Amino acid sequence: MRHPTVMRTVLRTLLAMLLALPLAAFGGEALPFSELSMSEPQRQFSETQECVQPEEEMRRNHMEYILHQRDETVHKGIRTRVYALEECINCHATRVEETGEYVRADDPRHFCAACHTYASVKIDCFQCHADVPVRESTLNTGNNSVPKDEIHGLAAELQQMLAAEGKP
Amino acid sequence: MSNDVSNQMNTSRRNFLTKAGTTAGAAVVAPGVFLTTPAAAKPADEPVDIERRWGILIDTAKCDDCSDCVTACKIENGWGSANPVEEESSPEQQAQWIRKVGLKNKSTGHVLSLPLMCQHCETAPCVDVCPTGASFKRADGIVLVDKHICIGCRYCMMACPYKARSFIHETITDQKPWAPRGKGTVESCTMCVHRVDEGKIPACVEACKADNHNAMFFGDLNDENSVISQELEKHGGEQVRADLELNTGVRYRGI
Ligand code: SF4
Ligand code: SF4
Repeated sequence: MRHPTVMRTVLRTLLAMLLALPLAAFGGEALPFSELSMSEPQRQFSETQECVQPEEEMRRNHMEYILHQRDETVHKGIRTRVYALEECINCHATRVEETGEYVRADDPRHFCAACHTYASVKIDCFQCHADVPVRESTLNTGNNSVPKDEIHGLAAELQQMLAAEGKP
Repeated sequence: MSNDVSNQMNTSRRNFLTKAGTTAGAAVVAPGVFLTTPAAAKPADEPVDIERRWGILIDTAKCDDCSDCVTACKIENGWGSANPVEEESSPEQQAQWIRKVGLKNKSTGHVLSLPLMCQHCETAPCVDVCPTGASFKRADGIVLVDKHICIGCRYCMMACPYKARSFIHETITDQKPWAPRGKGTVESCTMCVHRVDEGKIPACVEACKADNHNAMFFGDLNDENSVISQELEKHGGEQVRADLELNTGVRYRGI
């Protein structure tokens, strides 16, 4: 990838600026994060672990995992499911209770949209990617040779990189 | 178009054999190595490599007016009539990953019809001209667009001699998770890379087989025992515009 460190620093600065936006926009009246309503994911990754990484890790760094997986898949044909965006959607899709239909990415109830709207961070993923589940998850059944309960090599690599940069 | 450049492929196959440390006795030397193993799905966590080169051979004699391959591609990859959003587009702007092309020999009057999609060129002009590196060739010969870095400049569309690429003009929704596509980027036949990586054959080839036309073969051009290589060796297979010397991965018989 092109200058990952530089890119990450730039991204992080941007993110920090964007995160400050709602506060500015609502003149300090922004909802506290704890009051943000997020739909419940299915938490089906494994018996010992709900998501592919601990929740705190995913909150901060989900984009890093998806970005890494995207290049691995598109360019090298690596098709492990653990960090596949499709599997994020499969678990985190929000259904409207009355109709049973999934909400789309432009609806603030959509799992991704909920937080991203709050943080004023635009997501581009769904301009191309499916925003609702289409087929059964193969996270636990499919052609997936990554050991589920261990931190996968890619994730370990990523965590080392982040640690080297002094990230929590 | 009678210029048979299948030699190009034979050369690379020979190089391949040399690299593998075997010569004419490939079948005898080291039985059980990849040369004799049938193409199987690679483990999901392994990257593709240059030991394989995927290709499609199309026998025009067996291809008639049917367009099952085109329909199958639309359904599999969710473009054209398979995605209602695009029905509004003007015909010139509609996506075409694969189309049926009619050819008429003016002197004999002989008419033939063949499916034309991205030819997965070895020396791909679309890759050459791309200013961002979005248009690229995978190690196994499949030519793709990385839409994450495509800026929609459409240079590749101008460079492609086969008119194989389309630009998406509409805001797209309801994509297939295995075939992401969106406004402002260029797309073309992916050789059904998502299926191939799982050891399956492309949707168009499957549809052609399912309807008993058997006009399309898919396989590894580097494996001399694959059906496609044996078909090519026995009966040959030509490139459309062989004069361009692009060493295409899609070959035709009877053009
Ligand atoms: S047929 Fe066109 S799009 Fe396909 S590899 Fe060749 S130049 Fe590129
Ligand atoms: S290989 Fe797949 S993407 Fe390419 S024309 Fe056939 S069905 Fe369409």
